[in-house]
Amino acid sequence: MARFWTWVGVAVAGALSLSLAGCSSTGGKRAEDARAAAAAQGRAAVDTPRWTFAMITHAGDGDTFWDIVQNGAEQAAVKDNVRFLYSHDDEAQQQAQLVDAAIDKKVDGIIVTLAKPDAMRAVLARAREAGIPVVTVNSGSAESREFGALAHIGQDETIAGEAVGEELDERGRKKALCVLHEQGNVGHEQRCDGVAKTFDGTLVRLHVNGTSMPDVQSAIEARLQSDPDVDAVVTLGAPYADTAVKAREGAGSDAEIDTFDLNAKVAAGLKDGSLGFAVDQQPYLQGYEAVDLLWLYRYNADVLGGGRPVLTGPQIITGADAAALEAYTKRGTR
Amino acid sequence: MSTTTPDVSDERFLRASPPLRRLLSRPELGSIVGAIAVFCCFALAADGFLRASSLGTVLYASSTIGIMAVPVALLMIGGEFDLSAGVLVTSSALLSSMFSYQMTANVWVGVGVSLLVTLAVGAFNGIMLARTRLPSFIITLGTFLMLTGINLGFTKLVSGTVSTRTIADMEGFDSARALFASTLTVGGVPVKITVVWWLALVALGSWILLRTRAGNWILAVGGNERAARAVGVPVARTRTGLYMGVALGAWICGQHLLFSYDVVQSGEGVGNELVYIIAAVIGGCLITGGHGSAVGSAVGALLFGMTSKGIVFAEWNPDWFKFFLGGMLLLATLLNTWVRRRAEAVK
Repeated sequence: MARFWTWVGVAVAGALSLSLAGCSSTGGKRAEDARAAAAAQGRAAVDTPRWTFAMITHAGDGDTFWDIVQNGAEQAAVKDNVRFLYSHDDEAQQQAQLVDAAIDKKVDGIIVTLAKPDAMRAVLARAREAGIPVVTVNSGSAESREFGALAHIGQDETIAGEAVGEELDERGRKKALCVLHEQGNVGHEQRCDGVAKTFDGTLVRLHVNGTSMPDVQSAIEARLQSDPDVDAVVTLGAPYADTAVKAREGAGSDAEIDTFDLNAKVAAGLKDGSLGFAVDQQPYLQGYEAVDLLWLYRYNADVLGGGRPVLTGPQIITGADAAALEAYTKRGTR
Repeated sequence: MSTTTPDVSDERFLRASPPLRRLLSRPELGSIVGAIAVFCCFALAADGFLRASSLGTVLYASSTIGIMAVPVALLMIGGEFDLSAGVLVTSSALLSSMFSYQMTANVWVGVGVSLLVTLAVGAFNGIMLARTRLPSFIITLGTFLMLTGINLGFTKLVSGTVSTRTIADMEGFDSARALFASTLTVGGVPVKITVVWWLALVALGSWILLRTRAGNWILAVGGNERAARAVGVPVARTRTGLYMGVALGAWICGQHLLFSYDVVQSGEGVGNELVYIIAAVIGGCLITGGHGSAVGSAVGALLFGMTSKGIVFAEWNPDWFKFFLGGMLLLATLLNTWVRRRAEAVK
């Protein structure tokens, strides 16, 4: 036992001395802190009561996209003097139970995603009975109104897909690969359907296992090697764009890589030309607006959208726009 | 494999011992202590945790795990694993819904067909185990992967999308919903019917384990297979029965999923098999078999439900939930082992 603790001591001391010896003058935590300090200082801008809003999403564990949504929601919560609670589960039943828990807590507003709308029908009826206003975000534009939500903030996946198809046509692409990284996700299917609708060339669907990056890379690589006609690869999530770039190198192909959604890596890729374009749905805006809409409803009974979804995308982003966005992606707001 | 002592959790064996020692040798003791501690912790830390509707939510969350934890615990007492339990729930719901829809049959027909097919999958696991002599870990891993693929592939083949069509407007739906997914109000607490199913299954499981010949067979098979075979216990039949028990639980859970949401997502259920195993282990089941109880699995499920929802009520960061869960699993197992050793030492 004593020997064990000796080893622990040695390991801790080693880690400390290494980090002291090798400072980096670029990037890292220090740069991040400087950026955070330069960003808006969090203070409430209103003196309304301290309401509590709960957001419940269908995100899995550790999803960068949802971090950005959360950042937006938290920023709006600070401004609007709101207590913001976040929880998530990728199983429909669990997500419904989390909404139940929020209703039990008697929160003042609920923000929910309707990726699996039918599972949410009953709990949202319960929220209505309890008199809690609901705003839906990101997915479920078709059901939002029917379930009695005040408004829906998000991107119509089919429209976003169509925008990608048109952009591919403009770039003169002939054969594109649509990489689905989550089997069974209806929104992803809609994106590929949208691309297929407006794209004049051929669209091939490729299912990959999104939970394992090496798997994704080898699958795309194999496809590019076996089908040299493919001149565009469309990934459905920002983290997969970089993987597709690596796969392209491995396969020695010259296909253009395009992607849905943004992150710091994608912005850098657009800037250096390794990526063609990205189609953004502004997740920050989805979180921010959802909190703000609930606040407006509580404060002034205002409702936005006139019963129709309020769209946050699609926005096509190319290398020309990327430079301006790079700083924002680094701080986790785009 | 522990093959030394006769099982101490058998009621009749303990009738002669003093009450305290009898209490100490109960497999669920450690988990009950843990459950009380976790309950008190959240009652203090979480605002609104003790509200009637909150307790209803916690009980519901526990019941959806607990219904499966009972047969999974019995299976583990019998010394085997079932990794296909999680997706089997989804398969059962999908089949029920698609059969009714495609055949335009009364919903109850789909429910019946689903029961038969789900039980057949359970029987397949048991028979394969007996015939191949492969470890159940491998066999059910294969079943798990095949079912995951069938769920997605078959659903897409039949309905063209990754989720089923709604059957809410079909005959028999309302009566089936009443049985599988209604809410009762008991003393001001909204109680989902799954809680009733859960308690009934716990009672049934306990009765089988402690009061019937089949229960003795389960303990014997899990404790020492060769000895059990030598004294004439039908090992293969017992295990097949246990797997069919798990299938029955999966069918109940699956029908609940279907009738509460009336549309089933085909990709779900993966990973839940471990949740059921965790609930059984926290409740005092030995991973090597021969020891454990149905009541313990219920306490394990309750611990799980309390933690997963308590974190939300307490407004802690849910990212840490799995960390707590892992810690709880280790602590509960250590406590169970310690208590059991003490109980065996004083015998």
